[in-house]
Amino acid sequence: MEMQKLYLLVPLAPLFGAIVAGLFCRVIPRWVAHTVTIAGVAIAFAASVVIFKDVLAGNTFNGSVYTWLTSGDYTFEVGFLIDTLTATMMLVVTFVSLMVHIYTIGYMQEDPGYNRFFSYISLFTFSMLMLVMSNNFMQLFFGWEAVGLVSYLLIGFWYTRPTAIFANMKAFLVNRVGDFGFILGIGLVLTHCGTLDYAAVFQKAPELAGTTINIWGSAEWSLMTVTCICLFIGAMGKSAQVPLHVWLPDSMEGPTPISALIHAATMVTAGIFMVSRMSPLFELSTTALSFVIVIGAITALFMGFLGIIQNDIKRVVAYSTLSQLGYMTVALGASAYSVAIFHLMTHAFFKALLFLAAGSVIIGMHHDQDIRNMGGLRKYMPITWITSLIGSLALIGTPFLAGFYSKDSIIEAAKFSNIPGSGFAYFAVLAGVFVTAFYSFRMYFLVFHGEERFGKADDAHHHEHHGDHDDEEVAHDHHHGLAPGEKPHETPWVVTLPLVLLAIPSVVIGYIGIGPMVAGDFFKGVIHVDAQAHPALAQFLEHFHGAAAMGLHAFSTPPFYLALAGVVLSWFFYMKRPDIPAAIQRRFSAIHTLFENKYYFDKINETVFAGGARLLGTAFWKGGDVAVIDGVVVNGSARFVGLVASVTRFFQTGYVYHYAFTMIIGVFVLMTLWINRA
Amino acid sequence: MSNHLLSLAIWIPILAGLIVLATGGDRNAPLARILALLGAVAGFVVTLPLWAGFDIAKAGMQFEELSTWIPRFNINYHLGVDGISMLFVVLNAFITIIVVAAGWEVIEKKVAQYNAAFLIMSGLMNGIFTSLDGVLFYVFFEASLIPLYLIIGVWGGPNRVYAAFKFFLYTLFGSLLFLIALLYLFIESGGSFSILQWHQTPLTLTAQIWLFLAFLVAFAVKVPMWPVHTWLPDAHVEAPTGGSIVLAAIALKLGAYGFLRFSLPIAPDASQELSTLVVALSLIAVVYIGFVALVQADMKKLVAYSSIAHMGFVTLGFFMFSAMGIEGALVQMISHGFVSGAMFFCIGVMYDRVHSRQIADYGGVVNTMPKFAALFMLFSMANAGLPATSGFVGEFMVILGAVKYNFWVAFAAASSMIMGAAYTLWMYKRVIFGDVANEHVAELSDINMREFAILGVLAACTLWMGLYPQPFTEVMHASVNELLRHVAASKIPM
Repeated sequence: MEMQKLYLLVPLAPLFGAIVAGLFCRVIPRWVAHTVTIAGVAIAFAASVVIFKDVLAGNTFNGSVYTWLTSGDYTFEVGFLIDTLTATMMLVVTFVSLMVHIYTIGYMQEDPGYNRFFSYISLFTFSMLMLVMSNNFMQLFFGWEAVGLVSYLLIGFWYTRPTAIFANMKAFLVNRVGDFGFILGIGLVLTHCGTLDYAAVFQKAPELAGTTINIWGSAEWSLMTVTCICLFIGAMGKSAQVPLHVWLPDSMEGPTPISALIHAATMVTAGIFMVSRMSPLFELSTTALSFVIVIGAITALFMGFLGIIQNDIKRVVAYSTLSQLGYMTVALGASAYSVAIFHLMTHAFFKALLFLAAGSVIIGMHHDQDIRNMGGLRKYMPITWITSLIGSLALIGTPFLAGFYSKDSIIEAAKFSNIPGSGFAYFAVLAGVFVTAFYSFRMYFLVFHGEERFGKADDAHHHEHHGDHDDEEVAHDHHHGLAPGEKPHETPWVVTLPLVLLAIPSVVIGYIGIGPMVAGDFFKGVIHVDAQAHPALAQFLEHFHGAAAMGLHAFSTPPFYLALAGVVLSWFFYMKRPDIPAAIQRRFSAIHTLFENKYYFDKINETVFAGGARLLGTAFWKGGDVAVIDGVVVNGSARFVGLVASVTRFFQTGYVYHYAFTMIIGVFVLMTLWINRA
Repeated sequence: MSNHLLSLAIWIPILAGLIVLATGGDRNAPLARILALLGAVAGFVVTLPLWAGFDIAKAGMQFEELSTWIPRFNINYHLGVDGISMLFVVLNAFITIIVVAAGWEVIEKKVAQYNAAFLIMSGLMNGIFTSLDGVLFYVFFEASLIPLYLIIGVWGGPNRVYAAFKFFLYTLFGSLLFLIALLYLFIESGGSFSILQWHQTPLTLTAQIWLFLAFLVAFAVKVPMWPVHTWLPDAHVEAPTGGSIVLAAIALKLGAYGFLRFSLPIAPDASQELSTLVVALSLIAVVYIGFVALVQADMKKLVAYSSIAHMGFVTLGFFMFSAMGIEGALVQMISHGFVSGAMFFCIGVMYDRVHSRQIADYGGVVNTMPKFAALFMLFSMANAGLPATSGFVGEFMVILGAVKYNFWVAFAAASSMIMGAAYTLWMYKRVIFGDVANEHVAELSDINMREFAILGVLAACTLWMGLYPQPFTEVMHASVNELLRHVAASKIPM
């Protein structure tokens, strides 16, 4: 009973903070807004720690809070499922959220929308917690769309910037495309299982493994394949998998704290979480898993390439996030769900760290985001420098750091997987290691090492950005970039403290976590793997002899040397011989143009889908409604009635005469029928 | 007293309307407003016991009233509500308060007449939702159009005559066929105008199909369904804000209600036979109208088209013959009352200040009207079907019900998740976000207490219904299940 109150407290404490800060954002002082929201999230974090310990002691929970709706034979409830998967997600979400809340005090201090921002990020925390704590698909969908709403509000936080308000609409609509598939998947689950409660659905699912449905023509499709692919389309939207990835790079229009919280650590991993939660369903369809692994592999490799040519510091990290989400998806496809969740967790820490460090650099650079204007910052921002280095090393998979354990496990799982598409996936994730190391350290070297390129007179306004980042309307953008001679400065403690606190798990969490989470039975009974059909994880674990051995073994495996090669090459290119990348760019200008245009996804979407919809709308409106229905039918009848009315006008005058006309005919028919009957 | 709740719900607003009318010219406008508000509140208060005292276990009619009216033709004054109609009486009375409040400072000419028209219309529409006698229903059904004509015709925009004429033209054929259908039923049932008795009258399939088609024409115009929808955008554009609110929130529900009260129970076999036709028309409404809404330049037209798409969900839900479908459709109707009412009010708030409904005349409204922008965001999201708002519940139920009915029907219906968000958020972006677009926007003042109260109440309703829809659906179960049982049984004489 006591624990159940605690479960409720976890989402409600941030919600309370969000409501107070949001409803009274115009009247309360800033310290009230950040105190109440930080307190809310801190309570949620503390409660999550208690719950996590309780779950480790073996106390799980699955029960409803209230009945949302009943209809026909169906009951929809709002309820919680608390197990190891949920508890892990709760810890990650509340911890990163708490860090971001504290960081925001420093990052947003000059922004007029300070209170509103705190309200939004607390509302996000509430929504994300509702998503991960749900015990049914309906509430999952609620959390799913609610985080989408907050993401929309936050990307468009600076609502006078044309690029921001375009990006937030794009993000919402692309996510809606995913949700379109998601809701059809939920519909199939409800139709065939008769309930949306996870436990009941998972129990019923094996019986449906052989069921086929007739979707198109006479071809019979496996029900589970169709359902899982529909559900996965939802995950593709939220977790930004190709081709629904287009919104994530643009989401960088939002303030940096939310890029860390929403667009790196938590919301974008909701799709990964969802598929892991649905492992009992996905295990029933190898076809769906093949689809998943191929999409993940494409995202992992091809989005990594784009990271190489970005010059906006946040966009480099954004493409890195896309690529890492692809890695997680590959793990899902290889049936290594626990590995996907493990990478989700390590990634949440080091990617939040990298984003917040990038934000710290942006503050230090007075909101100049172009890495070509930086260089040598390590002298001026030592804490940011060291923590960034730790984050980058964790990301590229340096042995013994967090990212190494999770990423290497994914590569191993892909290697051992035997489902169609896994060969390509193995190649993609392996090649991706080199690419990741290259773009990560390209950014690192350009920002923290080498020549100091900031503060040059001709430089202060020379950042070719996408759209107009330097919109002078936004208060804190008044000083954009460093003035000539000005030096960057280290950021205040509210900014650096979260960096340090995130750097710690980025180092140790992999070493601690891999034993229990991947090799142990931490997720026993939560994540279901059909070891017979999909033995990848089991085969990987046969070669696993503890975290220390895995770290040592890494020095004799290809991923380590690929990562090393990436770092060395980026050092050589950008520190020693900057003329080489320029020469390559000239030589392979076709490929560079392709990357520059992000494989033309945006162009295609804008012309084919957005343009096509508008064209179709105009055609239906002008052609259907105006020309045919109104032009021919309505006005045609109007002329006919006008003719009749011109006769009856002798009897009836005034505005309501039409109406009287109806009545007269009515009475006439009445009498006719009456007489005929008699 | 409690035996006459339905009569009170009908006649209090009508009587209040007549009293308001008696205050005369605009010298007494303040008095007229206060009386109108009192009348609307009184009308709402008497409907509350209907919900509070509703027996959710009972499928049949409750709060019935029966007395003879024209004995010669067996016409009775017969009222009653069941789980299908009860909530609409409450909703109608509630919206009447909103409408009176919405016109408070805005309407300055013929104040008494304006408020009287709305009060009388409110009473008449309660009559439609509660009539259990065919003639009584018809009288209310037709009479309720007169105030709406007047509202558009007197307080409407520059092109009001065309709009009213178009509306008339559409309803002309529908009303005529409806009347013939009623008379035919009178004869077939052996001289009864009781709707409940008609439900039991055996009919051949041919007769049922003709009746069904007659009803379809009458009700499809009111809903409105594609392709008889083109009067609605014009009527909305010309109507004053209050007129648009009532039109969207209540008047559109009359046609849909007619399907449940007449088409399905009176012609169940024909309903099954022709359900594919209605489902097809509904899906066209959802998909086709979604695209049309996208390219509208006039905000009111855009919301009017989105209403048609949302009503497409209603007719789709009805003709899937499942509890989820019908209840989802009913939820969608009530939700649409809150959300589209609020959307039209929001547009009215901006129109009162700038005197334009064109999207292009706005931009950056959030800079000058932040409170308004926040509330408008909530209703826009509800219009796009975001969970935790009422707009989600009905769509969710209908889409989930549709997957069971046919995967591709669900596929087409679910496309509204994308289109609904696209046209609503694109409008919101162009109107609210961005830099201050022109000096009109720069001079805007944020919503006053009255506007804030109206939008706040509607926001509370929208969230309540989104977070806890159970109280709305539990009253429907018994009646909807009974209706489904009834429709499943054939009425064709052996």
